[in-house]
Amino acid sequence: MSVLKFTPKQFDDFVSAMLKTGRPVMAPQAKNGRFAFGPLASPADLRLDYDVTILPPKKYVLPQVETLLEFEVCGPCRSVQEGQPMILLGVHPYDLTAILQMDELFRQGQYDKHYMDRRCQITIIALDVVTPSANVFASSMGTATVRSGYDILLTVLKDGSILADVATAKGQELIRLAGSVVPASEADLKARKDVWEHNNAALNKHILLCKPSLLPKILEQNYNHPVWEEKARLCYSCGSCNQVCPTCYCFDVQDRVNWDLKTGHRFRCWDGCLLENFATVAGNHNFRKDRAARYRHRLYRKGKYVPEKIGGQIACVGCGRCISACTAKIANPVEVYNRLLQDTKLG
Amino acid sequence: MCECCSGHPDIYLPQMATITKRRMLNGTELFLHLEMDSGQDLRYKPGQFVEVSLAGIGEAPISISSSPTQKGLELVVRNVGSLTKAIHKLQVGDKLGIRGPYGTTYPIEEAKGKDLVFICGGIGLVPQRSFIRYALDHRNDYGKIIVLIGTKCYSMRLFREEIALWQERKDMTVLETIDEAHDCWDGNVGVVTTLIPKIENELPGSLVLICGPPIMYKFVLISLAEAQVPEENIYVNLERRMKCGVGKCGHCQINDKYVCQDGPVFRYSDLALVPEAI
Repeated sequence: MSVLKFTPKQFDDFVSAMLKTGRPVMAPQAKNGRFAFGPLASPADLRLDYDVTILPPKKYVLPQVETLLEFEVCGPCRSVQEGQPMILLGVHPYDLTAILQMDELFRQGQYDKHYMDRRCQITIIALDVVTPSANVFASSMGTATVRSGYDILLTVLKDGSILADVATAKGQELIRLAGSVVPASEADLKARKDVWEHNNAALNKHILLCKPSLLPKILEQNYNHPVWEEKARLCYSCGSCNQVCPTCYCFDVQDRVNWDLKTGHRFRCWDGCLLENFATVAGNHNFRKDRAARYRHRLYRKGKYVPEKIGGQIACVGCGRCISACTAKIANPVEVYNRLLQDTKLG
Repeated sequence: MCECCSGHPDIYLPQMATITKRRMLNGTELFLHLEMDSGQDLRYKPGQFVEVSLAGIGEAPISISSSPTQKGLELVVRNVGSLTKAIHKLQVGDKLGIRGPYGTTYPIEEAKGKDLVFICGGIGLVPQRSFIRYALDHRNDYGKIIVLIGTKCYSMRLFREEIALWQERKDMTVLETIDEAHDCWDGNVGVVTTLIPKIENELPGSLVLICGPPIMYKFVLISLAEAQVPEENIYVNLERRMKCGVGKCGHCQINDKYVCQDGPVFRYSDLALVPEAI
């Protein structure tokens, strides 16, 4: 549609105008020396220069805990749709890629109305990365920049001005709050292209030594590779890698009864395939009781199983959060994939 | 709610069903006959499962044991966890939530004209009974029907009266075994694979349908390989933790397959590249 140019002051005014609409604005802010997405109260708290957030913005499309139904105990249930209009501001391209993948997974086959309704009501303002994080490898995964999937894409230029690429009607509606901003010039667009080119190469603290599209084939040949056992030997099965991952979407479903003991709700909550009892059935039979099998399952989901469901796109977006979160320092997908690559004969 | 979602049903919302019959099949297995409160029978096929819930306790996948040729829905629930314990306390007239049916079905069309061998271990008989009853209700559509049933001990045998009626029929063969000898039992003693040599001549050309505890598959499949049954003729009905039933939650995944969608009934030859299956 159009690319507009904000001065920092104009952008703050735009953020203030969004806050005044009463719609919740979730945005990256400083938190104990790191960054986290949370409800924004003032433009001053917004950190467009954040490197990576502790948890991905996934928590707004698939909350940690989400009510699905309300019920009378042992009685009938009724659907609950918790989705509310929301602005998700400052989503990095790799996290946006993850959300777009999840959109497809919850849409395809049996349509998940709880996810989709929540998602439909969110306006996403993406943001090109300003500061690379310690473990990012989005350049390797082809997710350092995006060309679609956002409502608005922000790019901070070297001179501090901010370009806003308005891509959808939802974005258009929001940008009306911006007042009088000027269209970006040719020189601005060139400066933006430079940012993209830079990010496409520079968000690469760990370098995958092959194209991501080769991962399914590499994995296919290495189901019994010793790396699974070697890495998993140190695994605590804590599930941290699952919890911080923007593409993990496995969930558990549980019931909770209210204090009146008459009513309650059924909710889903995040789960993780690394946790010991993820595949345990009633009677205590665990179908994936070996740590190595769980460790392998996660990397197969990212590199093969989920891609097969969503048209080939690899379900690791290179945010590097699992690398930072893993206590045992074994979660780095690049290390594992490169090791497999080294031992694979590709015909 | 947004426009594109309003036309879609809530895939997690159960329908209510009422218990119309209940009886214990043994010390731990409860048989339930249910009628849907909507008045409409569930449109299921043999091999499928439903998500059964009791609001406030939880939800779990349970195999359908009845045949779509009969009215109502029959389930067998083993008292093994908090939900099933609560279900065991329910009486006729009490209600359960039902979602589904979900999953793949036995090859009821492909099996037409063919001989069928059912190999059932323990509560593996429960889902197999759906297809056995279906085949008996369409008796002319199928060839020989052979049912092998193995149970851990005498007191845990399921559907005793029904099996006795099957054994009286001239148009099917039913062989039963128990793992541990018992004073009241003069039949075969040993695991279910000990019955396979008795019907070995019937195996080539038959479709073999297996359901039982995880350990049983390994040994039955070895016996079938020895009897040179092609893997294309073998079907397995797998148990996993199908939490959502709709291919989202990830719990029932075996490699790239979702047991709730790609299974629970799999043709064994389709599992060659699915090492987590068996």
